[in-house]
Amino acid sequence: MRHIISLLMENEAGALSRVAGLFSARGYNIESLTVAPTEDQTMSRMTIVTSGSDDVIEQINKQLNKLVEVVAVMDMNEGDHLERELMLVKVRAVGEAREEMKRMADIFRGRIIDVTDRSYTMELTGSGSKLDSFLQAIDTSMILETVRTGACGIGRGDRILKL
Amino acid sequence: MELTGAEIAIRCLQEEGVEYVFGYPGGAVLFIYDALFNQDKVKHILVRHEQAAVHAADGYARSTDKVGVALVTSGPGATNAVTGIATAYMDSIPLVIISGQVPTSFIGEDAFQEVDTVGITRPCVKHNFLVKDVRDVASTIKKAFYLAKSGRPGPVLVDIPKDVSNQKTEFNYPTAVSVRSYHPAQHGEEGQIKQAAQLLLDAKRPMIYAGGGVVLSEASKQLIELVRLLGFPITNTLMGLGGYPATDKQFIGMLGMHGTYEANLAMHNCDVLLAVGARFDDRVIGNVAHFGQVPRKIIHIDIDPSSIAKRVRVDVPIVGDVAHVLGDLLAVLHSSKQQPDAQALVAWWKQIDEWRGKNCLLYRNSDEVIKPQFVLQKLYEITGGDAFITSDVGQHQMWTAQYYKFDQPRRWINSGGLGTMGFGLPAAMGVKLAHPDATVACVTGEGSIQMNIQELSTCKQFRLPIKVIALNNRYLGMVRQWQEFFHGNRYSESYMDALPDFVKLAEAYGHVGIRVTKPSDVEGALREAFARKNDLVFMDFQTDPTENVFPMVPGGKGLSEVILAEDL
Ligand SMILES: Cc1ncc(C[n+]2csc(CCOP(=O)(O)OP(=O)(O)O)c2C)c(N)n1
Repeated sequence: MRHIISLLMENEAGALSRVAGLFSARGYNIESLTVAPTEDQTMSRMTIVTSGSDDVIEQINKQLNKLVEVVAVMDMNEGDHLERELMLVKVRAVGEAREEMKRMADIFRGRIIDVTDRSYTMELTGSGSKLDSFLQAIDTSMILETVRTGACGIGRGDRILKL
Repeated sequence: MELTGAEIAIRCLQEEGVEYVFGYPGGAVLFIYDALFNQDKVKHILVRHEQAAVHAADGYARSTDKVGVALVTSGPGATNAVTGIATAYMDSIPLVIISGQVPTSFIGEDAFQEVDTVGITRPCVKHNFLVKDVRDVASTIKKAFYLAKSGRPGPVLVDIPKDVSNQKTEFNYPTAVSVRSYHPAQHGEEGQIKQAAQLLLDAKRPMIYAGGGVVLSEASKQLIELVRLLGFPITNTLMGLGGYPATDKQFIGMLGMHGTYEANLAMHNCDVLLAVGARFDDRVIGNVAHFGQVPRKIIHIDIDPSSIAKRVRVDVPIVGDVAHVLGDLLAVLHSSKQQPDAQALVAWWKQIDEWRGKNCLLYRNSDEVIKPQFVLQKLYEITGGDAFITSDVGQHQMWTAQYYKFDQPRRWINSGGLGTMGFGLPAAMGVKLAHPDATVACVTGEGSIQMNIQELSTCKQFRLPIKVIALNNRYLGMVRQWQEFFHGNRYSESYMDALPDFVKLAEAYGHVGIRVTKPSDVEGALREAFARKNDLVFMDFQTDPTENVFPMVPGGKGLSEVILAEDL
């Protein structure tokens, strides 16, 4: 099953490679991995999207907890959570497609953030699967470029990952 | 007063009560060597190869419950140390390795003798640090010792760039450390311990399986008390040998690939299994699916949560320090009115004794050719079972584990997890320095010994009268055995051609060499060697090249699918 695992780690050089190294050394999947500073300067927050059997996910959580620089780990899938990912897509926008692309952006609540006479660049946010659906909904030959941030997650309500 | 980073590093070692540093100098650690020169509290042992420095520190740590310390230079010094570090990591041995690094301003420029030591060692250390500021040297070394020794122990590396070792700052050794993200468990959860006690009391075919965690946690006393109280059979892993006295009647031998028939079958057929500081390694339980065929309840005590439920499903996980948890478990059992099921135990022991009756370690001795098992039996007799024995890796290692009956922890020193040939001799140096009055022997093969034979020179310099017992079968024996069993007798590159004359070699290094070719000379030679209290004696036993290690559970097979000597 797909899991979103969030962790707080010491904002130290090398912490990222410790986590990434753990995944490759033990053969765990990484669908996406994002990391950025938090409001606490000493810590950064990482979100890893991974998949595996329950046993593998349990091991991943334990192994992450074992890393000395990892301060806290939360498996988002153990409770209610929100998932968001940002995608920028550059699409062909000539002739009829110009209107069509605009309509698709509206349907998926995307925004067009850059326009040329031949292309649009759109911004979309949502769960990973929503972004996937967008890409599936438009003709692949129209896609010039995509870039995705990878998912980040946060617990709903009182579920808080903080030190 | 202000001190240099190098002086601070050495002061830290003094503060930690470090007796010996095993190392090898080079450009990036020159300031640290200078600081060593100016003091005499910490003694430096100059090895002949950095791998040996780490193994020696490791042997020191394994035999003492202290942290072993190694010091190496940047680049090749650090890469040479990697095998030693990985060896310690796999067996959870507390080490602090200090490595020199090129000056901070050179890092990343492919400078002379620059390697990314922190990057290279990352997967085989408990933690590592690159110290970029001299003000962090003391606190980092303090943390390194704390991390190495606490929780599940392991090697910690501190990489110190040359300029940092030469800059000055005020020295204050922190009295305490805390790492906010690191809280190893001590006590197990009370409810789980109670549940475990109940399972044990209700068991019909119980089994206790104890590993290296018992040794590391100094929990032998508690384990012995528990085993005696319950009257259950107990087995040790390769790493756990000595954690429970091998001569005790409840001990049914080592388990695993070359474990005893009775231990493996009891492990396979038990209905309640108490695993203590052991990790269900593939060499221990063989095929996981096969092991899972017999329904049984598993209680698993380990300090590392990630060792629990990693390879097998566990019913009662208990995360905590083995000694603490066993203490608490004993308290629960003592206060319980229920007794173990005596009737069921009688039947179970009857079954085990039947398995024992196979006498699976019996071998056919010979008047013509020296059987390796015979040498080890004699070694056991002559040393009164009271020596520190290190070993290398191969058949000789398994035979030693089978035939030397360790009654005390920390006496059996071997590379279990990584299986590092070349470990034995340097490890023995560390053991001998830690226990100068004890008998220390290294059991090795003619293959393994050549991987770190240069250390005979270190032994000469520091007067380390180790007894080297080389079981010389002219083959990479364990490889040959697998080729015989699984590769149609095609002995691809496992014959050790062009062997040196080990007697002359030992003499060239300034030691005593003895060659033994006849079974009738084995005992006399051993006696002579051990009588030479102040000499390193290298004994070259020319053993039967065709001998195999039995029993054997072939890789990927189940514990009950064992091959016995009598089967062939
Ligand atoms: C550094 C290293 N390289 C290779 C191996 C694979 N290996 C395991 S046992 C063995 C043979 C060891 O031969 P020897 O030391 O003569 O001991 P014997 O098995 O004959 O007792 C080898 C090559 C290893 N364990 N370690």
